[in-house]
Amino acid sequence: MFTQRRNLIFLFFGLIGLLFIGKLFFLQVIDDTYEKAADNNAIRKIIQIPFRGEVYDRFGKLIVYNTPVYDLYIIPRKAVVKDTNQFCRVFRITREYFIKTTQRARAYSRVKPSLFLKHLSKEDFASVQDAMVDFPGFFFETNAFRTYQSRSFSNALGYVAEISPTALTDQKDDYYRQGDYVGISGIESFYEETLRGQRGVKYRMVNSNGVEKGDYKNGSLNINPVSGNNLYTSIDLAIQEYADSLMQHKVGSLVAIEPSTGEILAMVSAPSYDASLLTGNNFSKYYQQLALDPMKPLLNRPPSAYYRPGSTFKLVQALVGQQLGFIGPGTVFSHAGAPVKCHGHGPVDLRGAIRVSCNPYFYHAFRKMVYDKTTGDTYERSAQGLQRWADLVANFGFGRKLGVDLGNEKKGILPNVEYYNSVYKGEKMWKFSNIYSISIGEGEIVVSPLKMANLAAIIANRGWYIPPHVVKGIGLKKSIDPFYKTPVKVGVEAKYFNVVIDGMEDAVTHGTVEADGRIPDIKMVGKTGTSQNQKGKDHSIFIAFAPRDNPKIAIAVFVENAGFGGSAAAPIASLVVEKYLKRKVDRKAVETKFMNMNYLPNVYSVTRKKVAIDSTKK
Amino acid sequence: MTDSNHIQGRIDWITVGFYVLFVCLGWMNIYSAVYSPDAPLSFSDPAFYDSNAGKQLVWIGTSFVLIVCILVIDFRFFESFALFIYLGLLLLLLAVPFLGVTINGSHSWFKFGGVTIQPAEFAKTATALLLAKYLNDPLVNLNKFAFQWKAALIIGIPMLLIIGSNETGSALVFASFLILLYREGLPGTYPALFIGGIVLFVSALLVKAWIILLVLVLLAGLFVLFMPIYLQRDPKTYLRLSGAIAVIMTLALLVDWVVNNVLQEHQRNRIRVLIDPGFDPRGLGYQVTQSKIAIGSGGFWGKGFLGGTQTKFDFVPEQSTDMVFCTIGEEHGFVGVMLMIIFFLGFLWRLMYLADLQRSRFARAYGFGLVGILFFHFLVNIGMTIGLMPIMGIPLPFFSYGGSSLWSFTILLFIFLKLDSHRSDMLSR
Ligand SMILES: [Zn+2]
Repeated sequence: MFTQRRNLIFLFFGLIGLLFIGKLFFLQVIDDTYEKAADNNAIRKIIQIPFRGEVYDRFGKLIVYNTPVYDLYIIPRKAVVKDTNQFCRVFRITREYFIKTTQRARAYSRVKPSLFLKHLSKEDFASVQDAMVDFPGFFFETNAFRTYQSRSFSNALGYVAEISPTALTDQKDDYYRQGDYVGISGIESFYEETLRGQRGVKYRMVNSNGVEKGDYKNGSLNINPVSGNNLYTSIDLAIQEYADSLMQHKVGSLVAIEPSTGEILAMVSAPSYDASLLTGNNFSKYYQQLALDPMKPLLNRPPSAYYRPGSTFKLVQALVGQQLGFIGPGTVFSHAGAPVKCHGHGPVDLRGAIRVSCNPYFYHAFRKMVYDKTTGDTYERSAQGLQRWADLVANFGFGRKLGVDLGNEKKGILPNVEYYNSVYKGEKMWKFSNIYSISIGEGEIVVSPLKMANLAAIIANRGWYIPPHVVKGIGLKKSIDPFYKTPVKVGVEAKYFNVVIDGMEDAVTHGTVEADGRIPDIKMVGKTGTSQNQKGKDHSIFIAFAPRDNPKIAIAVFVENAGFGGSAAAPIASLVVEKYLKRKVDRKAVETKFMNMNYLPNVYSVTRKKVAIDSTKK
Repeated sequence: MTDSNHIQGRIDWITVGFYVLFVCLGWMNIYSAVYSPDAPLSFSDPAFYDSNAGKQLVWIGTSFVLIVCILVIDFRFFESFALFIYLGLLLLLLAVPFLGVTINGSHSWFKFGGVTIQPAEFAKTATALLLAKYLNDPLVNLNKFAFQWKAALIIGIPMLLIIGSNETGSALVFASFLILLYREGLPGTYPALFIGGIVLFVSALLVKAWIILLVLVLLAGLFVLFMPIYLQRDPKTYLRLSGAIAVIMTLALLVDWVVNNVLQEHQRNRIRVLIDPGFDPRGLGYQVTQSKIAIGSGGFWGKGFLGGTQTKFDFVPEQSTDMVFCTIGEEHGFVGVMLMIIFFLGFLWRLMYLADLQRSRFARAYGFGLVGILFFHFLVNIGMTIGLMPIMGIPLPFFSYGGSSLWSFTILLFIFLKLDSHRSDMLSR
């Protein structure tokens, strides 16, 4: 037999094995040319962040654009700095920073790039270019800053910042990586996917000096970045800036809408902040400061702050009451029998009730609407009446989102049967006498300034609105979601608007609006409101549109702690309307007065935590 | 049929241990090759199952099913049906040009639904079975030419069919049956001539003809000095020696001529790359150069699991399939590859030891067939990654990515383990 042949065969195997091990020992241990060659043809995967889309105003003026900046990266294993002092001088850093950052990079990985220095300007980048040959192991990647043309409009624009750890783990499509920038609020957040474009990837071969030696596989694996789409907003930057200046030294909101299109012309959230503070290297410095500010400058109040609508809600009551058939232009109520206060005046009709903002009138009207049914007990009748009322009021956008194209829109509260059942912990636990304060916009009803501006637009259009929006065109085609083109009917016939608009006209000319709120040569119609505030002075509210015939602008102004609506909100609204319609303001004295008017409650500067803004807390 | 407890008791767990170890190590390296620190894939992510690592996991899972099937089949099946299996595979090989599909430029695959199978991978097993069955006949004596050519026929037919479909690499694997035949009594001159031929072939390409001539003359001179006196006195000896030198030189020149005039361009270039490492570094030499750089950059201890920089993003072509050894070399260094080579040789030793324990010549011959095939793959695969062998599409058994390869090696191995578990039931005829 041939059993010894097994050993011969294995001897052969073993020799081959030894040959391989010898060759491998030579390749891996003795000869270091391969190690060097590996460094020479390391491929660097470069993520190319495309330019974020720019933002323009309605006349094509640039609001937000990008400034290229350069980030310096280090690959510790290849980094050789012969002269640390020179390095620090060139990059204008301290020795401590150099040592600390190098150590941190080494601790992370010796072969993978780490961020060394963030956001060098174009000029700085150019000045260090020549010195780069002395610093192997360092390389640049381009990045971009958001840059703002104007200090205005910051809250609605929102800002971009490094993605938070929670957002990173919660993301659905796994697009973002640690350190990526993402839109946080406003349109930056709402249009994130439109603005961000499509990331590119480049595989570059680099040698040990960090010098690129061309595309790996001739670039066949590269993916070119696609720039983000530009956004063309409906904002009128001149009006926006003007409105911003009027809202300084105040807490509140201003929203102006073009009624025929639903396009938002201006949107102010006061107090605001300078958006350029939240770009690049400044971010961490200022963000904390802004976030801790008790006046909440980062909050975009128009879509997300909560207020009671106060008397401005009487306009809804007048419309719904007529549509449901309980009141008409000739309906007269006196003050008798109403638990709500009013000024000394006789019985009024509907138009007069809007002019003087008569509380008892709308108490009686609401009572009629709610207590319509004659059968059942008062609890059942209240529930049935309220639900029918609430269903119609909901059409105006109360208690739900209007769908504005901004992040963080709040629904508000429209109290209906379900709502009161949960508040009073059960059915038939409440009746009209528990809920009547909503008849005059007090009590449980909560709205945002945006909803009230939209209400002004609904009245201007006599019964319909287009969902308010900031962006009227996206990208080259300037297309938008048809949602922002489609009118929404509120279910109140056009004829019922006449008496309401007449009442609003009277309110401006000889009603609740004071002289400062009147524009001599423009027929503006409006309604004041005072939002009760248990924690301090009441909030001043005014909604209006102008001109009365063929309306071009609908507006809502909220000024916190400014008291009666006719005194602060109405003049500010009138100035913005005048500026928009005439492109200039003749009433210089009024303008100066309200620009300088300070309604900042001094409590804000005293305590930080204790005083949360009442309206924004809900 | 035997019950499973019975099999468990007899199956060689050492071999199974090696198998599991190799498959797991292979998978880790495939995972490492597709791993990207920017976007690590988790097992719950469906995209994971589109990556090579995910697919290999599926191949490994199905391999275990195959193992169970092989272990429950009656052990006599493999001998009884060897001819049918062989003929079936020949039919498949014949059908490939007509019914096959092209994958990675090679028209040698069958597609069943989502699964692609390369019949050439399975032809090795079938040939080993039939060859073993043929040798089981005690009358077969490999010293005699009458039997030698029949054995050669069994090996040659599938080999030719595979060459026909332009899979030279897979066809060359059949040369490994020399080990089986040698163990079963083929005279040592055959493997000696085979190895000598290869040495001549390589030297014909590497060095100038006059150097070969010089070496041959020197060798002849030494032979003359040390040969018995009676031969020295016989003038025919010198005639024979001169004749041998002439024949060898003719062959060497013939090799040169064949390489330059008969071989196809791509085959010639693959050989040139081997001889001249600097030849076409961005083109044909690219794979070898990159592979050597990847392995060489691993150093003594390696860069650590998932730490490779060269074996990412397909920097080395065929990273997970034929070049999986690069990842081991880069990430686990000299220590890793040395251990891997030692383990593999230990595995082959264990198989040869088991094969020699067999009472039936069928099982023993099959065992050596298995050892030869595994060794040939080991030799060529590792050899090509370190630049000692020309690049041929030959996977590293159990390590490389790919369903056909893993399945065929699993079947090849476990048929032997099944036979081995029944070695006391088999009659040596
Ligand atoms: Zn009254």
